[in-house]
Amino acid sequence: MSKKVLVLGEVREGSLRNVSFEAIAAGKTIADGGEVVGVLIGDSVENVSSEMIQYGADRVITVEHPHLKQYTSDGFSQAFMACVDAEQPEAIVFGHTALGKDLSPKIASKLQSGLISDVTKIEGEGEDAVFIRPIYSGKAFEKVKVKEGVLFITIRPNNIAPLEKDESRTGEVSSQAVDITNLRTVIKEVVRKASEGVDLSEAKVIIAGGRGVKSEEGFKPLQDLATLLGGAVGASRGACDADYCDYSLQIGQTGKVVTPDLYIACGISGAIQHLAGMSNSKIIVAINKDPEANIFKVADYGIIGDLFEVVPMLIEEFKTILVNA
Amino acid sequence: MNIYVLVKRTFDTEEKIVLNGGAIQEDGAEFIINPYDEYAIEEAIQVRDAQGGEVTVVTIGGEDAEKQLRTALAMGADKAVLINTEDDVEDLDQYSVAHILSEYLKDKDADLILGGNVAIDGGSGQVGPRLAELLGINYVTTITNLEIDSDTVKIVRDVEGDSEVIETSLPLLVTAQQGLNEPRYPSLPGIMKAKKKPLEELELDDLDIDEDDVEAKTETVEIFLPAEKEAGRVLQGELKDQVKELVQLLHTEAKVI
Repeated sequence: MSKKVLVLGEVREGSLRNVSFEAIAAGKTIADGGEVVGVLIGDSVENVSSEMIQYGADRVITVEHPHLKQYTSDGFSQAFMACVDAEQPEAIVFGHTALGKDLSPKIASKLQSGLISDVTKIEGEGEDAVFIRPIYSGKAFEKVKVKEGVLFITIRPNNIAPLEKDESRTGEVSSQAVDITNLRTVIKEVVRKASEGVDLSEAKVIIAGGRGVKSEEGFKPLQDLATLLGGAVGASRGACDADYCDYSLQIGQTGKVVTPDLYIACGISGAIQHLAGMSNSKIIVAINKDPEANIFKVADYGIIGDLFEVVPMLIEEFKTILVNA
Repeated sequence: MNIYVLVKRTFDTEEKIVLNGGAIQEDGAEFIINPYDEYAIEEAIQVRDAQGGEVTVVTIGGEDAEKQLRTALAMGADKAVLINTEDDVEDLDQYSVAHILSEYLKDKDADLILGGNVAIDGGSGQVGPRLAELLGINYVTTITNLEIDSDTVKIVRDVEGDSEVIETSLPLLVTAQQGLNEPRYPSLPGIMKAKKKPLEELELDDLDIDEDDVEAKTETVEIFLPAEKEAGRVLQGELKDQVKELVQLLHTEAKVI
């Protein structure tokens, strides 16, 4: 049976996030021929609606209100529920982002539905769809099905391929009126700390440092390499505990779980807690002085050497490649 | 202040996962308090010490979870509640757990409820926000700082590496992110005292919950382990040549750059 699927598009600094295109692709798989309806929430989001359609949404609903300029669970849940009431979807897809993680349980609770969080892969289509998600931070995986009610999932960024962009695709864009009341949370200020605007969970390239980085300044060459490759900087717990960097950079069983295309581990020994957070990356490079370091067991390529020698050389070498590319 | 902390017993982060007959083998494994819940317990104790009141730690699980509750009491919580579902229901999902907790908490007049932002086993991060919604109270997830000044609550929350400074009010549910505090280790006198602190055990019947009402909405049909990653190539030769070779390999063989 085909399903009508609502997909929440997430807008950051005026642009749709990649994970939203991936969510549309996931929505298509679930819809099994049914309609995929994009939902955009904010104070001014209409301008990105055509892009959702070009990536595969059949039509788009925008919910615009001055109180929706910044995300709050109260505001966004009222906006999204207005679309749910109007559309009566059989399935819902969000990205498993900070916003998606915060909002989806509230919506699931309102719908008295299940919620399969952090899906990395969908097997089968429509009714037969089974959702694969990591447990124990990727030390194991589970396949989950919905037993009853709305099929609601959040998908992990970087795992489900988006559909090819088709600029000739068109679809209806409508607006949903909404009254936003009773906001219990007021955002006073947002302090930007994330590196160069590339979020760890969405980064295609991650340069991570461990205790071997030795100091806060030691992260500088790693940051330079990340900037060159359009990636983000991460860290092991060891580096965070030693105050070389902020805890928001921590990758591992406590911290973030990441799956970039390329993960370069610099001066990271490879404790099991760290491996849990990154071992599902597509390509892993390990740079470590200690040839016995555990990290080499999961690395596709390893260099035994001092990161402070290797990383600057890597920067020069990548520059050559990128210039010729 | 009436403070509740949601606690989950989880595998120690050092544990390898082994499957036995399609299920995760628990025999012989070490269990701990979910690390993010430890931040929640620590924060609850600090709030109580500053504002007065009482900290109650609550968990859902089997008899075995008593050990983690005693640890929380040894850290400084005042009371513990074990909602024992062992005999009643086989599989709980986040819907079930939030529902059971809300039935327990609905008449407790909690001012502040704390939990970890995610459990390191299931990793869904749903129960906190779901529970807040069922109780009709506000919630803030992944917090790294909490200041309570009578009715006003000032919070710093981690949003993908950025920090949001938020103002809200009680009653409130918050979920802890790493960096919120440094959880204390239980002291020896704390451990001795914990043995005498009240630990109440409840079953679904005691909460007037019908098993059908908390039946899971989702179902795990299979658990599997990721393919063993084979150790790759450690490059040889002059460091400079290794770097050259690596960049070539990433460009032409792995095609990630």
